[in-house]
Formats: sequence, C-alpha cells, structure tokens
Amino acid sequence: MRYVEEFRDRAAALGMAERIRCGAVSPVNLMEVCGTHTVAIFRHGVRDLLPPEVRMLSGPGCPVCVTTNADIDRAIALAEQPGVILVTFGDMMKVPGSYQSLSQAKARGCDVRVVYSARDALGIARANPERAVVFFGVGFETTAPTIAACVLEAESLGLENFSVLSVHKLIPPAMEALVASGEVRIDGFMCPGHVSVIIGSHPYEFIAERYGVPCVITGFEPLDILQGIEMLVRQIAGGQPRVEIQYSRGVRPEGNPRAREILERIFEVDGADWRGLGHIPDSGLKLRSEYACFDARAVHSISPPPTKEHVGCICGDILRGAKTPPECPLYGKVCTPENPVGPCMVSSEGTCAGWYQYGSR
Amino acid sequence: MCLAIPARLFEVEGERGLVELAGVVREVSLMLLPEARVGDYLLIHAGYALQRLDEADAQETLRLLAEVAQAGQEEA
Repeated sequence: MRYVEEFRDRAAALGMAERIRCGAVSPVNLMEVCGTHTVAIFRHGVRDLLPPEVRMLSGPGCPVCVTTNADIDRAIALAEQPGVILVTFGDMMKVPGSYQSLSQAKARGCDVRVVYSARDALGIARANPERAVVFFGVGFETTAPTIAACVLEAESLGLENFSVLSVHKLIPPAMEALVASGEVRIDGFMCPGHVSVIIGSHPYEFIAERYGVPCVITGFEPLDILQGIEMLVRQIAGGQPRVEIQYSRGVRPEGNPRAREILERIFEVDGADWRGLGHIPDSGLKLRSEYACFDARAVHSISPPPTKEHVGCICGDILRGAKTPPECPLYGKVCTPENPVGPCMVSSEGTCAGWYQYGSR
Repeated sequence: MCLAIPARLFEVEGERGLVELAGVVREVSLMLLPEARVGDYLLIHAGYALQRLDEADAQETLRLLAEVAQAGQEEA
C-alpha cells in the first residue's frame, strides 16, 4: 500500500461516474473549498466524467488567492525595512499587491526568501542573528499548526530575531459566509481533506444542521473525489444533510488534537479580511499576546501605502463561486499565467490558472 | 497549498523523523504527531507529519471501490 496509485483505478472511476449519473436526478451545485481539490479535479479530468446535472464550483479554498492586497502590501512594507529578511512559501511570491508583488520587491533589492517549511525560516534566523527574520504565514488549518510549532521551537531556542506575520485563515467560517449570503446556491460542500486532518469532522456539523447543506470530507486522488461526489449526490437525494468522511484513511472525527493544542497555544481566533468575501468575524488567527515578541505586527511598526484593487479583475466573484473565469474580461487576454493580474491566475491552485491550463467547462 | 504527501517513516530520533518520499530521504518534524512509529505511512505537509494513514481504513475504501468497478464492468 502506497496510498496513491491504488486510488487511481480506471474501472472503479468509470463505475463511480456511472453511480453519480444514476444518482443525480436533478441539477446540483457542489462546491470544493480547497485549492488542492480544484487542481486535482482539473488534472484528473473529473468534470468530464460528471453528468451535466452535477456542477462543480470552486470556492475560496486557495489561501494565496484569498489573501488581500492590504496583507500583501504589509508583507512588502516589512520586506522594505532595513535589516529584515522576509521569508514565505513560494506560492506567495508572484501575487500582485496594490503596487507590486514580493517577487518584484525582491528584484528591487529587498531580501525575500522562499522556503518549503517554516522550519527553514528558523534556520535562516539562526544563521543571521543580526537580521530580523519575518515569516509571512499564509494558509488554512493545515498549515497554521506548523507555524505554531515553529514559534514554540523559536521560543525554546531563545531566538529573538524571528517573528510571524500571520494572515492564517479558517475554513468553516468562510463556508458559513458563503451559504449565509445566499448569493450562490450550494447544494453540497466537498470539505477539504487536509484541513480536516487537523480539525476533524465536528467543526462542519453546524453547516449541515443549521443550513441544511451536506458535507463530505474528501481525499485528493481521482477515486476519492468521485466517491466524495457520489456521497454528496446520495446525501442530497436522501434529504438528510450531515457530515461524512470519505477520506477515512487520513481523517479521524476528532482530527489531530495534538496539532490543535499547539495551534491554540500560539494563536487565537480573530476577525479576518478575505479577498472576495470581505471581513468575516472569527475567521482568522492572530498570535496570542503572550507571544507578542514573535508577532511581526507587534515587533515592527510599518505603515503600508493605501491599498487599491486591480481594475477589471473579478477574482472576488470567482472566489465566491458567483462567476467563472471566462466571464472575466481580462481572462486569457490581459491576464494569463505568464502575466497574471489577479491571484486566481497566479497561484497554481487558483481557479483561473486551472481553467487556463486544463481548459474546461 | 494544503498539499500533503504520503511517505513512509523509517527512522525516528526524538521529534525528528526521516521519511522516504519518491526515493528521496527527507527530514520531517514529528512535533505535531509524537505517536508516529517507524513503518507508518504519514501525511507530510511543509516539513511536518500531520497524521498517520490508517491502512485498515484505506483497505476498506478500496474494497468498496473494487465493488463499484466490478458492478460497472458487469453492467457494461
């Protein structure tokens, strides 16, 4: 068992697609709220196996895409401070802020470095004791515990030149904001597998109970995704919305309590601004005041320039599932992966990048 | 960005583990998953092990999928 190839069997995929066809008697909108799902659905051609009754919508599941211009501007303003090394994940580099991206700031001489793991930022901090290392922490519940673990490690190492600019966000409040707005009809949520590895299944229950929207926590191989869709279609037909776990090999109902304990030791829940969704109460993570010495907002005082939005870009509408990329006047013309205007085209997990690269309906 | 890759743990030293990922050896932190044991398949995200993959659950999912494949072929 290697947990990958086994979940790519063609006969099972065709069998599952047939079940979905039989089960989907009326049109349904299913939303995935995970950029990794968005990419996997495109890459494996899942849409081509689905009947016209089943429409897949991409939600605000790409952490890069939902980061606001203001937050990117703040990171750039930090990178411009003398003596600062700004460290982040590669996905963030090319995202345009109001005036420039981190890549462009780097080209202009700012010290911006890309790492695979936040732990690598600790290594940079240890190797550069005279510099201030700021980690630009982006990501959902999957990533945030790894940043929290790093802060604990920095504390135990006695590192005084390491801080985190947290723009971490939480998925269930964004799902609630989408269904509560009623702008787009969502008949079922394909819940993010790796967020759920940490938070488990309970935090989605209020979505099923209060809003009557079925939820299925789904894995990332093609058979996982098809089975997740089949379970959603069956739940919708059965009329009893609840939270089910398709990705049972990785997700326990209780999640990973140890990871959550570390997360909650360092971070507390706070309101957050989302691109496309605006301000959502209790949807972000900020460092607790006990850890203010690791909070870049407390350590560094900066005043980023006023933010502005990209003219014509409809990434906000796309992140809510309200529009599809071809409805954007910039898509494929002014805005391409080589020369992106909006974040949904920059990020490899962005909806526009997926449509552009794989072509789609 | 929430990509997590399955990899087998083959060495543990305190909170550090070594995993094999497509033939490449990587060091990962076991801080979020202290119960990880040598031989486990782990979900690795950004240098951290997040969870053990459960083989019995995986086999059960595959058994259901095999039934679906079988039923599909019989209908065809």
